[in-house]
Amino acid sequence: MRRRSGTGYTAVPPWIYAFAAVGALFVMLPLVAMAVKINWAQFIPLITSESSLTALGLSLRTSAASTALCILLGIPLALVLARGDFPGQRVLRAFVLLPLVLPPVVGGIALLYTFGRQGLLGRSLELAGIQIAFSTTAVILAQTFVALPFLVVSLEGALRTAGGRYEAVAATLGARPTTVLRRVTLPLVLPGLASGAVLSFARSLGEFGATLTFAGSLQGVTRTLPLEIYLQRETDADAAVALSLVLVAVAVIVVALSYRAPRGRQAMAGAG
Amino acid sequence: MGFRFEATLESRNFEVALELAPGQTLALLGPNGAGKSTLLSIIAGLLRPDSGSARIGERTLFDLDSTKPSWVAPHARGTVLLAQEPLLFPHLSVLENVAFGPRSTGTPAAEARSVARQWLASTDTGALESRRPGELSGGQAQRVAVARALAAAPDLLLLDEPMAALDIHAAPLMRRLLKHVLAGRSAIIITHDVLDALMLADSVVVMEGGRITEAGATREVLNRPRSRFAAGLSGLNLLTGTARAEGIETRYGHVSGISEGKLSPGDPAAAAFRPSAISVYLDPPHGSPRNLLAATITDLEPHGDAIRVRAGDLAADITPGALADLGLVPGMRAYFVLKATAVTIYAS
Repeated sequence: MRRRSGTGYTAVPPWIYAFAAVGALFVMLPLVAMAVKINWAQFIPLITSESSLTALGLSLRTSAASTALCILLGIPLALVLARGDFPGQRVLRAFVLLPLVLPPVVGGIALLYTFGRQGLLGRSLELAGIQIAFSTTAVILAQTFVALPFLVVSLEGALRTAGGRYEAVAATLGARPTTVLRRVTLPLVLPGLASGAVLSFARSLGEFGATLTFAGSLQGVTRTLPLEIYLQRETDADAAVALSLVLVAVAVIVVALSYRAPRGRQAMAGAG
Repeated sequence: MGFRFEATLESRNFEVALELAPGQTLALLGPNGAGKSTLLSIIAGLLRPDSGSARIGERTLFDLDSTKPSWVAPHARGTVLLAQEPLLFPHLSVLENVAFGPRSTGTPAAEARSVARQWLASTDTGALESRRPGELSGGQAQRVAVARALAAAPDLLLLDEPMAALDIHAAPLMRRLLKHVLAGRSAIIITHDVLDALMLADSVVVMEGGRITEAGATREVLNRPRSRFAAGLSGLNLLTGTARAEGIETRYGHVSGISEGKLSPGDPAAAAFRPSAISVYLDPPHGSPRNLLAATITDLEPHGDAIRVRAGDLAADITPGALADLGLVPGMRAYFVLKATAVTIYAS
């Protein structure tokens, strides 16, 4: 394979490219298969039907809300895991990362037994007049539950890479811990935070199992785009495929955004 | 405001007590791993010792020995740390970096910026104020770091080898700047360079293995070293031993010299002499030179225009011509001869 001039040596054996091509095909072929199945004549009416637009809108709104919630809960968790030094730190990390490997349905059941009508907190909430299960709030909670680890992992990594030296300097210059956090720590890890938030958003957007279990499938209330696609598949395959393409498009945009972030971080580390 | 410090930290085998008169600069010398950075970290509040206390004037930085132990957080200590690397905040402009200290202690933004501009001007970096740290050279960045440290108006400035990471062109400029800003300021500077100690410091502390092995006025320590480390820094040979009625008894034998101060036979004493004062012979020379030290050569290395001949603790500088004539190689037995007038003997 001829290399472009001005590029350095990379220790990648040529045959690796063949295997990489198989891997790339494995990911891309199903998308192509789906695209050729699309009924282009009906595409626009299908994706602009009332139920589709409602589901898409709900998906975007709940994903945005759960991303905000992930940022709110994830920053303190990542800070404590990256900078803290306390007994049980490793256990805490294991539990925070658990939703990454847990089947979403299990997460949904767990949430149901926490916030459901008969759940651990649900009963007290019910007395206070708050009902969470099978509401839009439940969708957001389910998405946050599965998406939180993405933000925590990404941010904790960024925090560890940044190290504590700038923070120590800031403290000796007279900055209180809260000032250090606001003016030094968070700006330094902003690229990591951004890519973590984008990944969380993407994960929230694709959430299905926990949502269905914990929030159900009420049109306009809890039926997000993945649930709508699953439902349409039973009755109208064309609509399901069309909506799937919409979801793929949104996901591609999100992933493209998150892939700019690591490069930005490298450039910053190189400069500093 | 004088500074008093004492602390122990067992996990790092650290036990140090020192004092600093108001407005004085102390140079902290010692080999790597001697505990110099540990000392600065404890003063700055970044590392907690097992026991000890520290005060600037009447203000307590920490006091772990009293019945009510106290520990002031780093941001409230008034001790700014300047490290080997500038560590300028990469996301802030040069001006915002320097204004960081005043801003953090509640100075309004406009006023903090004007303080920052003053310090940028006095560190000769005013023209860089809108740049990002990534766009600065190493020397520029370190000068900005000095400005940032001083803008925080520290009661005690802590400098951890501020010139170690600079290239040979940037270091002299930095040394001049530090000489200017450290005048009349309480500061502790870690350095490996005897020039820094001479130019910048009023007094010197030598640390080895987590302990202070030598302390005193800079000239005193460098001219009359009592530790091997200080002798090495000032380029002197140092032999320790016991005072005799005339000269001292060392492990290389008897050495005569000029005694400074009163020495009674039996007192611990040291003899210091320059490597250039030594002549090297293969056979004991005729006549009776006052000092004749027999030693086995361990190393030969270039040293300026001369060749440095090392034999254990002894170092002699000879010309390349003399080296060729003598045909010295490591492992050879040789005689080091020096005049008594070139040797200074003092109590150690």
